[in-house]
Amino acid sequence: MVTWLRTNLFNNTFNSAVTLLLGTLLLYALTHAWGWGIHHAIWVADAEQCNAARGTGACWGVVTEKYRVIIFGRYPFAEQWRPFAATLLLMALLLASCMRMFWKPWLAALWLGVLVVFFALMHGGIFGLSVVATDQWGGLPLTILLASLSVVGAFPLSIFLALGRMSALPVIRTLCTVYVELIRGVPLISVLFMASFLFPLFMPEGFSIDVLLRVLVAMILFAAAYLAEVIRGGLQAIPRGQYEAASSLGLTYWQMQRKIILPQALATVVPGIMNNFISTFKDTSLVTIVSLYELTGSLDLAVNSDPNWMAYKLEGYLFIAAIYFGFCFSLSRYSQWVERQVNREKVH
Amino acid sequence: MTLWRNQKIRGWIYQIAALLLVALCVAILADNTLENMRTRGIQSGFGFLSQPAGFDISESLFGFESTQPYWKAFLTGLGNTLKVALIGIILTTILGVLLGVGRFSQNILIRGLCLTYVEIFRNVPLLLQLLMWYLLLVEFLPTAREAEPFLGMFLTKAGLTLPWFGDMPVKAGFGIKGGINVSPEFLALLLGLVIYTASYIAEIVRSGIASVPRGQHEAAMALGLSRAQAMRLIQLPQALRVIIPPLTNQYLNLTKNSSLAVAVGYPELVSIANTSINQTGRAVECIAVIMAVYLTLSLLTSVLMNAYNRRAAIKER
Repeated sequence: MVTWLRTNLFNNTFNSAVTLLLGTLLLYALTHAWGWGIHHAIWVADAEQCNAARGTGACWGVVTEKYRVIIFGRYPFAEQWRPFAATLLLMALLLASCMRMFWKPWLAALWLGVLVVFFALMHGGIFGLSVVATDQWGGLPLTILLASLSVVGAFPLSIFLALGRMSALPVIRTLCTVYVELIRGVPLISVLFMASFLFPLFMPEGFSIDVLLRVLVAMILFAAAYLAEVIRGGLQAIPRGQYEAASSLGLTYWQMQRKIILPQALATVVPGIMNNFISTFKDTSLVTIVSLYELTGSLDLAVNSDPNWMAYKLEGYLFIAAIYFGFCFSLSRYSQWVERQVNREKVH
Repeated sequence: MTLWRNQKIRGWIYQIAALLLVALCVAILADNTLENMRTRGIQSGFGFLSQPAGFDISESLFGFESTQPYWKAFLTGLGNTLKVALIGIILTTILGVLLGVGRFSQNILIRGLCLTYVEIFRNVPLLLQLLMWYLLLVEFLPTAREAEPFLGMFLTKAGLTLPWFGDMPVKAGFGIKGGINVSPEFLALLLGLVIYTASYIAEIVRSGIASVPRGQHEAAMALGLSRAQAMRLIQLPQALRVIIPPLTNQYLNLTKNSSLAVAVGYPELVSIANTSINQTGRAVECIAVIMAVYLTLSLLTSVLMNAYNRRAAIKER
């Protein structure tokens, strides 16, 4: 114990001073956080108690009172079991997709099936479910839907872009390079503005597409450019000999890519793909700016509409920050685990 | 048939087909857009840039009045973007390098705190962090009347007031006089960008240092250098080669992410463009301006950083 303290905290004068200083600061911060967030906090939805505790304790009552609106946004209250079930289903599928034993061709078919069920549940209109228009969708289900569909939709597009960027045909190479660099050079907000202001102008007259779909297309186009670079990294890691061996076997370009190159390239960049998924998950918060009520937007919706709880927005922010953190942290842990797996296989 | 089997000819057919397809898509979209604009009576063209903007901009480097034309408003926005990006890049580099180097400290408290920092700030969306900083700044700080100076500075709901060329800020009635005032919008954006981006730079610096062989550290120790000297003179310079390319990306990300200012009301380029779209309806032109400016900025940053990267790269024969 004493030796551990010596080596890790007090091995010389400088480190001892740092330890004492940081330790004091940390202790101070932690006791205050404990006092505000837990000890003096109000856990029931009682506006008077919250008002009395202002400044000394947090009012988590805002979360217990408003959590349904924060999580599900404007979705009709009585029907909220539907987004709950649909999201659970989608998350189970995402979890399964993260496990190697499920990486089979039927997984793609399963994705298609689950998406159909997801939309049927959310939108309704069949099996006696009432119709809930997409502008009523919101909260966590919308966040998860946007994040997962953006990555799933971007995946095939990004494979073509990555292959195109490596292609020997100059015109195709230039087109793909220009696309990737163009999208990566501009902020996501400007692409979302395009979805909200310009896509309606792009469509033939009398033809309008749903705002959710427009935003989804924008997110896919954006995510694909970044994902394409990740996949290109994987393609570059494949030794030349693999291409030559495939050609000498008489495989055509697409056979070679499908059977030899892509499986190896994709396997090496799984951590990169996961990181892409994490940033897309965080990026979904931006759709608030073009007025879709995903998690960040639905919090505004829940808190701003009610003068009783308007003062406790910080607690609401901390609540959804914890949700985002939970998702992103687990995803990044998973991606580190995959990285270790890949490295271990390389050693053997 | 034999033509089809010729790889070269097939390649040309693919390329021509791709070009035609892209051209067709562009033509259809352009045609639809022009048609829609005509039926809805939307005027097009960049002529509006010389008309008076009619809105005020809360902060600008060289002053802006609502009677000045749109192009000046855009320029003011660009100035504000560059201001926050430049200051942000400097601060985030300092913080990020400190955090990254801190992961190699002998002191477990420093190591732990740096790791916790990285994990927390990397895994919460930047927009949410910005909104939280803004809320903290405008809700929980004292008003100018209740404020107490700290090292000659005032931090109040109205922002941060700093001494400027010997001009000390002092409390005067309901406000603070003198010094230079930094708005809470700018402060929130800067805090959010710096704290978020630093968590990424910390990881880049950490992996860069980790890529330097351990023997280099041991050799430096054997030469009698202190740990701080070894890090500064031996390990960091070699790590720079690994660090610079991803660091460039983070600088670009910071600049692009400054566009989230639209959510806290700091008048940078995107926020000004958004206001202009709402006032004039010239969405195509305003979005084109945003994209052109950011593409130029990206290009400039990569050119500069590539030049620096060439200098830092290993010189081989």
